[in-house]
Amino acid sequence: MATKPKSSKKAPTKTGKDEILKYYRDMLLIRRFEEKAGQLYGMGKIAGFCHLYIGQEAVVTGVQACLKDGDQVITGYRDHGHMLACGMDPKGVMAELTGRIGGLSKGKGGSMHMFSKEKNFFGGHGIVGAQVPIGTGLGFANKYRGNDHVSVAYFGDGASNQGQVYESFNMASLWDLPVVYVIENNMYAMGTSVDRASAETELFKRGISFEIEGEEVDGMDVLAVREAGERAVKYARSGKGPYILEMKTYRYRGHSMSDPAKYRKREEVDDVRSHHDPIDGLKKHILEAGHADEAELKKIDNEIKAIVKEAADFSLESPEPDPSDLWTDVLKDAEVA
Amino acid sequence: MSVDILMPALSPTMEEGTLSKWLKKEGDTVSSGDVIAEIETDKATMEVEAVDEGTLAKILVPEGTEGVKVNAVIAVLAEEGEDAGSVEAKKKPDSSPVPETEKKDEAPASEGAAAPEAPEVKVLSDPSIPEGTSFTETTVRDALRDAMAEEMRRDENVFLMGEEVAQYQGAYKVSRELLQEFGDRRVVDTPITEHGFAGLGVGAAFAGLKPIVEFMTFNFAMQAIDQIVNSAAKTLYMSGGQMGCPIVFRGPNGAAARVGAQHSQDYSSWYGHIPGLKVVAPYDAADAKGLLKAAIRDPNPVIFLEHELLYGHSFPVPDLDDYVLPIGKAAIKRQGTDVTLVAHSRMVGFALEAAEKLAEQGIDAEVVDLRTIRPLDTATVIESVKKTNRIVCCEEGWRFMGVGAEIAATVTAEAFDYLDAPPARVHQKDVPLPYAANLEALSLPNADDIVEAALKVCYVK
Repeated sequence: MATKPKSSKKAPTKTGKDEILKYYRDMLLIRRFEEKAGQLYGMGKIAGFCHLYIGQEAVVTGVQACLKDGDQVITGYRDHGHMLACGMDPKGVMAELTGRIGGLSKGKGGSMHMFSKEKNFFGGHGIVGAQVPIGTGLGFANKYRGNDHVSVAYFGDGASNQGQVYESFNMASLWDLPVVYVIENNMYAMGTSVDRASAETELFKRGISFEIEGEEVDGMDVLAVREAGERAVKYARSGKGPYILEMKTYRYRGHSMSDPAKYRKREEVDDVRSHHDPIDGLKKHILEAGHADEAELKKIDNEIKAIVKEAADFSLESPEPDPSDLWTDVLKDAEVA
Repeated sequence: MSVDILMPALSPTMEEGTLSKWLKKEGDTVSSGDVIAEIETDKATMEVEAVDEGTLAKILVPEGTEGVKVNAVIAVLAEEGEDAGSVEAKKKPDSSPVPETEKKDEAPASEGAAAPEAPEVKVLSDPSIPEGTSFTETTVRDALRDAMAEEMRRDENVFLMGEEVAQYQGAYKVSRELLQEFGDRRVVDTPITEHGFAGLGVGAAFAGLKPIVEFMTFNFAMQAIDQIVNSAAKTLYMSGGQMGCPIVFRGPNGAAARVGAQHSQDYSSWYGHIPGLKVVAPYDAADAKGLLKAAIRDPNPVIFLEHELLYGHSFPVPDLDDYVLPIGKAAIKRQGTDVTLVAHSRMVGFALEAAEKLAEQGIDAEVVDLRTIRPLDTATVIESVKKTNRIVCCEEGWRFMGVGAEIAATVTAEAFDYLDAPPARVHQKDVPLPYAANLEALSLPNADDIVEAALKVCYVK
């Protein structure tokens, strides 16, 4: 049973060059996209709450690499990275941030509320922890239908103290639901560090009393994430039930754009940036393994920059929703019985 | 000294039951704690244990007797040293040693609920029922069950989940025999975890299933209200129309009997407040069936408010293969010309009762059963007010921010010139529901309250 922390291993040799370069690309897209979102926020083009994923890119990139078409994903409000990793259009994400009709929710959702039926992305949820029972329900639907899909429910160290998380663990384990719970432990629930909020700070152990396997993973190493993710997804897909992955990660920015992050020292952030950055780490690995040279990586950088620029331009050019859109999408029309 | 053994009350709402089996016979020795008989209520079969010791001297109610009133003497026990052959039942009233006040308090509840079996109901409730359709007397409980069973047969994606819905057959027996027909994949017993399973249901609905989530009572749904409001109701809008949530949250709502403040609350106005939800609160069995079927088919989240005190009441239900009623349509349950009584759920029974009493005083009341709280059928209410020029809004919930407030405001805004009196409201008193029988009765609205309000708007009183 459960719950020895597994030391994260470095790149398993089986991961091929193409895959590794894809992870690099995917992480870089999230990084540059979020930087641009932060910039647009500063310019007053994006408003409200806006939670950036910078620093945590390896988590979603590594886990998504383990999924197949038809598997479902759900997360909380720090969701831009997850949408990009699910293959949702950066233009649609950015235009939702600016509240335009070209946004994925036609401008009616905002940063925390985007969805894609096509990509099996189920939000984007603004209530801390609410995505966990919903994600468990996605797993329930898979089991009900007898298919072999898994759902992945991402949530943070803060959400891991919500009661509904444990209600979900209990049902998922009781009914062997194919759900992978990914706890993105970025060490701070808004301004409260894990040790100030959690009696048990090793969050991968939170499933023990529900007999759910859990392991701790270096969430700053995409290859370690990928390896643990494969284990978890395989376990859930085989019908054995849920699995918990605690990703030790870090966010560089504040909780949201309006957070000055006074609760941690500048040096702490700098240390993670300079020694544990997931993108720098993978870049070093790529160069050492000879998967690509500086020039090739630079080319990828430029491609990503172009995609992000295109998304930003689109998000500013797309018109605001029509006033008539105020009244649409409240209810679906019922079919005539 | 002989001891009378009385028919016990085995639930808060039980008034009578069937003495299905004696497990001891006359002459047997009985110790305290021995199971002496089995009693069947409308909800369950229960064992009766002896409280005293002695010899079972006389069985006064033979097994198989139906309709045995609570507190009726069912047997006599001879205590040690007594001659079992010679004991007699003490003289007792055939039903109840309950204090007079309590009896009086409970009376309106049952009478009010039973009153509307009046024949005009079926004629007026649904003009779409074809001429010549036969009707079967069905309890609200069974009508709800039949609706779920029919929809589960029709659509593989429909399933029921909740506390005690499967093996226990439903805390109020609404899901009786569904497990046997559909199996445990589609009739799912959950842990006591309302927030969790409401959210799980929402996720299953996002994924395209059609969950029916039963709350043992809507009081417990308070634990889950975030998932209902923030996740189920708002996601279609927040997703720009992409992510529907076809789910039914159902269960008993409102006051039960003597269960105290935390188990007795009407949530009509709470859920009625939320865009993105539909809220249905039927009164009779036909509406319960037709509207639950519609709710299950609806692509939106539907709050389906039942009433525990109506579960056991029977009404005519049309014998149609697929009886589905439109959500959002009120029904005129009694036509009249002098005053409009608007009500929903159990209050419709009181309104009909009040209408009979008003008729004795020469006042012809029209009773509008809202059936749906959201979307509210204001057109039917306003049409009625244009005819009667007076309105009494009746609800079991509190007055403040209540359903009646919404109706009164709408009528005032849209039919101002037709009103001959300000709209009146009948409602629960503005206190948590008390336990004491007399205070509970004072707190809850009844037919007499409606009569009084109607007389007032008619300027008779």
